[in-house]
Amino acid sequence: MGLFNKIKQAFSGQKNETETKTEEKYDKGLAKSRQTFGQRLNALFANFRSVDEEFFDNLEEALIGADVGYEMAVKISDELRDEVKLRNAKSQQEVTQTIIEKLVDIYEAEGADEKNSLNFAEKGPTVILFVGVNGVGKTTTVGKLAHQYQQEGKKVVLAAADTFRAGAIEQLEVWGKRADVPVVTGKAKSDPAAVVYDAVQKVKQEQDDVLLVDTAGRLQNKVNLMNELEKIKRVIHREIPEAPHEVLLVLDATTGQNALIQAKQFKETTDVTGIVLTKLDGTAKGGIVLAIRSELKVPVKLVGLGEQIDDLQAFDPNEFVYGLFKDLVQPDAAKTDD
Amino acid sequence: MAFEGLTERLQNAMGKLRRKGKITEKDLREAMREIRLALLEADVNFGVVKDFVKTVRERALGAEVLDSLTPAQQIVKIVDEELTKVMGKEAVPLNKAPHIPTIIMMVGLQGAGKTTTAGKLAYRLKKQAKARPLFIAADVYRPAAIEQLQTVAQQVDAPVFQLGTDVDPREIVKQGLAQAAEKKNDYVIIDTAGRLQIDEKLMQELADLKAIAQPNEILLTVDAMTGQNAVNVAESFNQQLDITGVVLTKLDGDTRGGAALSIRAVTGKPIKFTGQGEKLSELDVFHPDRMADRILGMGDMLTLIEKAQTDYDEKKAADLAEKVQENTFDFNDFIDQLDQVQKMGGVKDIMKMMPGMNKIPGADQIQMGPEQIGHMKAVVYSMTPAERVKPGLLNPSRRRRIAAGAGRPIQEVNRMIKQFNQSRKMMNKMSKGNFSGMDQLFGQGMSGKLGKMAMGSMARKQKKRKRKRLKKARRRRK
Repeated sequence: MGLFNKIKQAFSGQKNETETKTEEKYDKGLAKSRQTFGQRLNALFANFRSVDEEFFDNLEEALIGADVGYEMAVKISDELRDEVKLRNAKSQQEVTQTIIEKLVDIYEAEGADEKNSLNFAEKGPTVILFVGVNGVGKTTTVGKLAHQYQQEGKKVVLAAADTFRAGAIEQLEVWGKRADVPVVTGKAKSDPAAVVYDAVQKVKQEQDDVLLVDTAGRLQNKVNLMNELEKIKRVIHREIPEAPHEVLLVLDATTGQNALIQAKQFKETTDVTGIVLTKLDGTAKGGIVLAIRSELKVPVKLVGLGEQIDDLQAFDPNEFVYGLFKDLVQPDAAKTDD
Repeated sequence: MAFEGLTERLQNAMGKLRRKGKITEKDLREAMREIRLALLEADVNFGVVKDFVKTVRERALGAEVLDSLTPAQQIVKIVDEELTKVMGKEAVPLNKAPHIPTIIMMVGLQGAGKTTTAGKLAYRLKKQAKARPLFIAADVYRPAAIEQLQTVAQQVDAPVFQLGTDVDPREIVKQGLAQAAEKKNDYVIIDTAGRLQIDEKLMQELADLKAIAQPNEILLTVDAMTGQNAVNVAESFNQQLDITGVVLTKLDGDTRGGAALSIRAVTGKPIKFTGQGEKLSELDVFHPDRMADRILGMGDMLTLIEKAQTDYDEKKAADLAEKVQENTFDFNDFIDQLDQVQKMGGVKDIMKMMPGMNKIPGADQIQMGPEQIGHMKAVVYSMTPAERVKPGLLNPSRRRRIAAGAGRPIQEVNRMIKQFNQSRKMMNKMSKGNFSGMDQLFGQGMSGKLGKMAMGSMARKQKKRKRKRLKKARRRRK
């Protein structure tokens, strides 16, 4: 069922029967972000009298407040300005509907041929490289994913290529123990590329299925550190020509507009193939996802919804967007949910 | 480069006003809109932005601006004053207990940088106050959090009190404080686990820790890259714990750092420190006034001038100025200049302190690390003494020889010579007190009144040194 139909259905008051467990989890994780986004728009419409400039200023602000990003917010409000005029929408209901339809249009247009699942090697080991700035949750994500694949019966190896931060190797070792997978480590402050080389050799020798490489957090404007990342990728590529099969950029959902710059810079250096959006269980806003999809076309593949080992979910854009807009189209349903 | 986008936008908005002798209400509205969006784009909380813009507009709409001869100046001044007002007036020092120990509690979300900051803080206290700090490892949740603190503590050379991960943090803190009292540690830094501000159970734990430890300082650590959410986090932590200050981390990234503005506005609590890198020494005191200047496109001129004054060898500067005056700026001086740049902390650091520097197309592309400077030096050292003094000698054949000698590609040699020529042209102009060329070089940022003032003060200082030098030279001749 398409997203659009889903929302239309919601509009016409039909009950949605396809509630799954994941959806509930999304609901729970997103309750907060949906509230803020939905509430803000609702507040906007409550005060809404006529379609004037101030209204669009407020709309812009509401979108920016949800971390959608300035350009995106202006783009949306400009398009809405035309759309509302075109349809001669005057009542609150009409304008609400126009806005939702437009948002969904924009969202779907950006993700037309997007692949949301992780790319696996057809033969031999799959190598997944994790990159990102400091403190976004790379090691935690690696740990959760290792557990997931281990449960699926895959032979998983972790590479502790964060040799820089104090305690990083120990942290990954704890995750390795929890998930019951081996961890390849090097000495603290040693060359991370060497650790990765060792790990790749081990994986090739033992014919393991998946190698997850945890790297040190680095700010995207540190040229030398970005070069180091490039070297790690080069080493992997040299040993296994089609690897890394995925380069996942881990992004903190609470990050503001800088997330876009991060994505841009990391994409340039390591050719990021997907995004892991972490800490979405907080007061995170969904807005950043709209902006990333729109500006970079890099798909979000995984989302972190909590601190437990199984709190990592595949990203489902439809459910995500539906979760965000649910309050808006079904204000009553949201109330009974709580 | 923090706040750069904001600077750029404000400059654009102000640029429109600057071109007119008088501004109308319509102009003002447009400029205010630009400022509003710039602040929003920089992740400043929209509530704060609204108040800010309203205040500025109200003040700017007053008669003194619209009738004033230099309306742009007035607005720049108002924006600057209001920015400073929002961010606080001056740097706020760390609280100190009347009797030892001073207890500092680090709190914040996951991954904000609490442990790293705790280490930096201890390093700073040891270095500046000869303190004997004790860490208490109260993060029993995240894997290897204690190991991380232990490693950091080892680097700082300070003890860690820990009871593993099976003991309640409340108990750990109790026993840790007892040990501090016994060993007479004068500072105790409690490293707590990262938590969401909506996690009631863990927030209660923090409240309990506060009740037990009675800390003199509760520092909320916030990632400078945080978006609109920063205010929710700060407000929530402040409500539940009544924090005493904020540390803004990862400010060495290229975030615009609007969080700095809004946290202060919403909580009223001062930002005490900023994290500027991964090394233990990279913790700076937060200067709100300087930050406001920087946002306005003044750059951190104060910091730059101060830095230059302490680092730049006066005599070398004098020699250089003399040579520039005679237009004999040669490769020897170029090397000297590179050395000075290196001393002052690399080109990028200097660039971001210069007003309007961000306006040069591709300025962010300049990648001149210590390595690049090393390469440039190698090229110059491969020249003969004659070539260094007379750059005109450098024909293609000589260039090829130099490239081989320095082990760098010929393109790099050519590029460096080009850079040298530009540098020479600029030094020549500056020595004549002509900044019109610089205007173009630095973009609009330099054309502002404030930018002019800063450049003027630099030029005056240079002239003063020159006069002094000439006097000296005359005396020597006598």
